[in-house]
Amino acid sequence: MSQREPPLLRLVGELTQLTAHLNRLREAPVVSDEEASDIARLQAQAEGLRAELGQAFGRASAWERVQLARHEQRPYTLDYVEAFVGQFTELHGDRAYGDDGAVVAGLGWVRGHRVAVIGHQKGRTARERRERNFGMPRPEGFRKAVRVMRLADKFGCPVLSFVDTPGADCLEEAESRGISEAIAVSQRTMFELGVPIVVVVIGEGGSGGAIGIGIGDRVLMLQHAYYSVITPEACAAILWRSEERAAEMATALCLTAEEALRLGAVDTVIEEPPLGAHSDPLETARRIEEAVVGALEELGGRGPGELRQSRYEKFRRMGCR
Amino acid sequence: MPKSRLGDSAPVRSNDDVPADLWEECPRCKQFLYREDIRPLRVCDKCGYHFRLSVQERLAVTLEEGTFEPWGEEIEARDPLSFPEYAGKLVQHRERSGASEAILVGRGRLEGSDVAIGVMNLAFIGGSMGVVVGERVALLMERAAELSLPVIVFCASGGARMQESIISLMQMPKTCAAAGRLGQAGMLYVSVLTDPTYGGVTASYAFLGDVVVAEPSAAMGFAGPRVIEVTRLRIQPGVQTAEFQYEHGMVDLLVPRSQMRATLAGLIRWARGVGEP
Repeated sequence: MSQREPPLLRLVGELTQLTAHLNRLREAPVVSDEEASDIARLQAQAEGLRAELGQAFGRASAWERVQLARHEQRPYTLDYVEAFVGQFTELHGDRAYGDDGAVVAGLGWVRGHRVAVIGHQKGRTARERRERNFGMPRPEGFRKAVRVMRLADKFGCPVLSFVDTPGADCLEEAESRGISEAIAVSQRTMFELGVPIVVVVIGEGGSGGAIGIGIGDRVLMLQHAYYSVITPEACAAILWRSEERAAEMATALCLTAEEALRLGAVDTVIEEPPLGAHSDPLETARRIEEAVVGALEELGGRGPGELRQSRYEKFRRMGCR
Repeated sequence: MPKSRLGDSAPVRSNDDVPADLWEECPRCKQFLYREDIRPLRVCDKCGYHFRLSVQERLAVTLEEGTFEPWGEEIEARDPLSFPEYAGKLVQHRERSGASEAILVGRGRLEGSDVAIGVMNLAFIGGSMGVVVGERVALLMERAAELSLPVIVFCASGGARMQESIISLMQMPKTCAAAGRLGQAGMLYVSVLTDPTYGGVTASYAFLGDVVVAEPSAAMGFAGPRVIEVTRLRIQPGVQTAEFQYEHGMVDLLVPRSQMRATLAGLIRWARGVGEP
C-alpha cells in the first residue's frame, strides 16, 4: 500500500502492543515496588490511549474506515459462525469444478432459527490467506453459494449471508470459468428464493464480488465496514491516474455505513464496540446475532410470494428515492 | 507510408493528408479505408476488423428503417453522491454525444418481428452503468414481459459508473432481477457483447442472456485493465476477448456483424415457433 499508515491504525497498533506488554508484566510472578509503579504508569498510558482512540474513532475519515474494515484482526465470517451459529455443518464444493476457500457455506441454527449460512472468508496466516485467496471468490465460490441457497429454499430455511471481500477474483483462472456469469446467476438466484434472506456486511463490501451474495430482505452493515462499487485505490487510479488520491476518493465514493444507509443500500447499521469490531469480537458477534435474530423474526411470517415480490421491489427502487 | 500497405485502390497519402471524414485507418491491419466503402456495417474489408458502431449506426443495421420507438428517455441521471466533477461531466457528455444517457432502449421491428431492444452508448461516460442504465434496462425487460416481446441488448460498457458508487452497484441486482422476471414470463433474451464489455455490466445482465452472442475480437471481461493494474497482478493478453470467452463456454456464438441481423432474426423466429421455411 503506497499510502502512509493513518494515525488511527497507528494508535490501534500502539494500544495492542501496550496491552500485550501489560499482560506480560501482570503475569510475572514477583512484583517489586519499582515494577508495580511501572505497571501503574503503563496502565495510565493505556487508558490515555484508549480515550484518545475513542475520540479518533468518532472522527475517523472514510479512508481510515476502509483501513479498519481491512484490519487483519477484524473478525471474519467463520469467527461469527463460531460465536453464534449452533451445530454448524459446513458444506463444500460447487459440484462442477471445485471448492472455493474464499466462500464458506453451511447449515446451522441461530437461537432456534434454522439458517443456511453463506459468506466470504479471509485468512489470517500467510498460508490461510493463500488458501482463502485473500477473500476473493472465484466462480466456484458463487456456484457453491447458489447450491446451498437452493438447498435452503427447498427446505424453507432462511439464508444468512456475510459479506467481506475486497472484490471477486478477476484473473485468468476466474475468467476461464466465467466469473461474471457466476456473479450474475447468483444475483438472479437470490431473487428467486422464497425464503427470507438476511445479509450482514461485516468488513469489505467490495463491488461485484460483494453484491454477488449481497441481496437481502434485510441488509445489515457493521459500523466500520465499507461498501463500494470500486476500491478507492482503483477509483483514484482510473480517474486521476494516481493511487495517491485514494483517501480523497474514499470520501467521494460515500462508502461508509452511514452513507450506505442514507443512500438506501442497507437497512440497518450495527454499532461496533467503542474501539472497533476487532477490539471485542465477542461483543460484536453478540450485536450481530441480536440484529439477525430480530430480522429473522420480523420476516418469519412472510410467504414465498410476498418475500420475492418485496425483495424485487426493494432493489427495483434502488437509486430512485 | 509504403504503398503495399494501402492496397491497390487506395491513393498514396501521408497520415496527415487523410481527411478524417472520408478515410479511416484500420487499427488492426493499418489499411486506409474509404468510409463509404465500409458503410453501413463498418467492418474492414481487408482483415475483418469490426469498428465500433454508434448507437444510431447499430440501430440502422439491426432494425427496419423508421421502426424504432424509444422508451424511458425521460429517465435522466442526477448526481446522488455529489461526486467531484460528475455533474459537469454529465452535462458535457449529453452535449457532446447528443445522447441522454449510456443506453438507448425501446422497441422496433427486426426482419418482420417486433422486438424490445437496448443499445449501449460508449460515447456517454464510457458506456458506464449508473442508475439510468439500470432503470432503462429494467424498464426494457419489464415492458417486454408485459408486451410479450423478445429482448435484444447490445452491450458495450466500461463497467459500473464510479461516480454513483453504491447506487451503480445496486443496478446490478436490479437488472439481474428484471432479467429473471423476463425469463419467467417466457420471453427470449439475447445479449450481444460488443467491443468492449466490462465490469458491472458483464457481471449482471450481459451474461444472463438465454443466448449470449459476441462480435469477433470484442474485448470483454470482469475487471477492466486499469482495475487489474491496481492489483499489481497480470492477466495475459487474449484472456479478455470474445474468442477466449467462447472457447471457455461463456459465449454461445461468435457472430460477425454481416451475419448479426439474420442470426438474431433466426433466434427470435425459433423462440416464437414460427418461420421454418
